[in-house]
Amino acid sequence: MMLDHADPAMRPTEPIDLKAEFAGAGISEVLDGLERDLVGLKPVKARIREIAALLLVERVRQKYGYATEAPTLHMSFTGNPGTGKTTVALRMASILKALGFVRQGQLISVTRDDLVGQYIGHTAPKTKEILKKAIGGVLFIDEAYYLYRPDNERDYGQEAIEILLQVMENQREDLVVILAGYADRMDKFFTLNPGFRSRIAHHIDFPDYENAELLSISDTMLQRQNYRFTPEARAVMDRYIARRRERPYFSNARSIRNALDRARLRQANRLIAHDGLIDPAMLTMIEPEDLLGSRVFLEADTHAGEVDT
Amino acid sequence: MRVTQGCFSYLPDLTDEQISKQIQYCLDNGWAVNLEYTDDPHPRNTYWEMWGLPMFDIRDAKAIMGELSDCRRIHTDCYIRLSAFDATNTWESLRISFIVQRPADEAGFMLTRQEIGGRMMRYETRAYGLQKPEGARYGD
Ligand SMILES: Nc1ncnc2c1ncn2[C@@H]1O[C@H](COP(=O)(O)OP(=O)(O)OP(=O)(O)O)[C@@H](O)[C@H]1O
Ligand SMILES: [Mg+2]
Repeated sequence: MMLDHADPAMRPTEPIDLKAEFAGAGISEVLDGLERDLVGLKPVKARIREIAALLLVERVRQKYGYATEAPTLHMSFTGNPGTGKTTVALRMASILKALGFVRQGQLISVTRDDLVGQYIGHTAPKTKEILKKAIGGVLFIDEAYYLYRPDNERDYGQEAIEILLQVMENQREDLVVILAGYADRMDKFFTLNPGFRSRIAHHIDFPDYENAELLSISDTMLQRQNYRFTPEARAVMDRYIARRRERPYFSNARSIRNALDRARLRQANRLIAHDGLIDPAMLTMIEPEDLLGSRVFLEADTHAGEVDT
Repeated sequence: MRVTQGCFSYLPDLTDEQISKQIQYCLDNGWAVNLEYTDDPHPRNTYWEMWGLPMFDIRDAKAIMGELSDCRRIHTDCYIRLSAFDATNTWESLRISFIVQRPADEAGFMLTRQEIGGRMMRYETRAYGLQKPEGARYGD
């Protein structure tokens, strides 16, 4: 789709309606969906809007022959567990697809085990197999730093890294790589592997959610499954969130998801144990006791090895 | 003699660009693409070797074009065909199959006739290529 306007005199001079280009690409739908479906994440959403604007202008520049080469689109998403990295990566794939920077727009999500083999000669085919699936879309590598084990120089991870670096450089128009993980470890990983750092165009940091945001996330999660809190239960959830955050293995929105799964379990048992007929509306109601059964409330605050129960 | 079989057998060989579009069509339909090769051109030869496994979970033609170019590089003097399998319930069979490479020099077939009882005739086609052992049939 790159026109040959190498001669500046040949370039069209009519004014360009960027807003119309933006609407035409269907980007607004994706961005609005991001705004609507994901609670909080202000800085992330802002960065994604910026990147979308950059890509749109890039595309128009391509049309007018100003763009010189395929832009680097590889990204890194850093943040604590459950802060929405995978969820946003999926949306990113749709944005890239809408703008024509990837051809198909699928997201292939992998970790070290999917890329690195168990014995000599196992890694390259494994990595290439994954790359084939990701061509035309986005390759999302979760906890990317596990690829690199500095303590073992013969670790097969190095082989996967080399293949990835090569593909990230030479097949930029075929796939976009997003590396994800905790911020401090990713920083260390990039310092030890400058090849990655220099190939990554956009770093996006995912902040932890505020308690109020987590409460609002729990509302949307319940709503999507046709449940809701009674007002008293919602107040209990608020307290739950504050307590859960102080416990080990807190993982933001994922902890909320797990807590709600347990609440549904307790609700079902409460309904079964109920004598006599039940009002159909009760099927959708989460009551305080469904939450208060959690260990977060039952036990003293200092239990190591705690999970979301 | 130019061996033909499969879809598009009435057309000149497809260019890589055309092959790539056919592959994308298969992938968009959710079919798994296979590559097979052989140096036995007989039309009744159903034992083609598979180049790797059927390629499930691939979304873009470029990934398969990469496999095809690897296969061509290693099996320069073979026939290569591409087929796509539709796993949809009630189809569960190939939907498309066509040749994507042929040896530069196709020796063709010898036709022999054998007269049997009652002046009946038995015909046999034999590929000239098959007079050499497997792997040494085409090229120098
Ligand atoms: N802002 C949000 N609004 C609503 N739901 C959210 C939000 N952020 C995350 N979630 C939900 O929380 C869960 C965890 O999110 P996700 O898997 O994207 O986190 P992650 O950052 O990739 O975590 P990890 O690092 O552990 O892989 C998902 O079910 C997701 O739908
Ligand atoms: Mg994740």
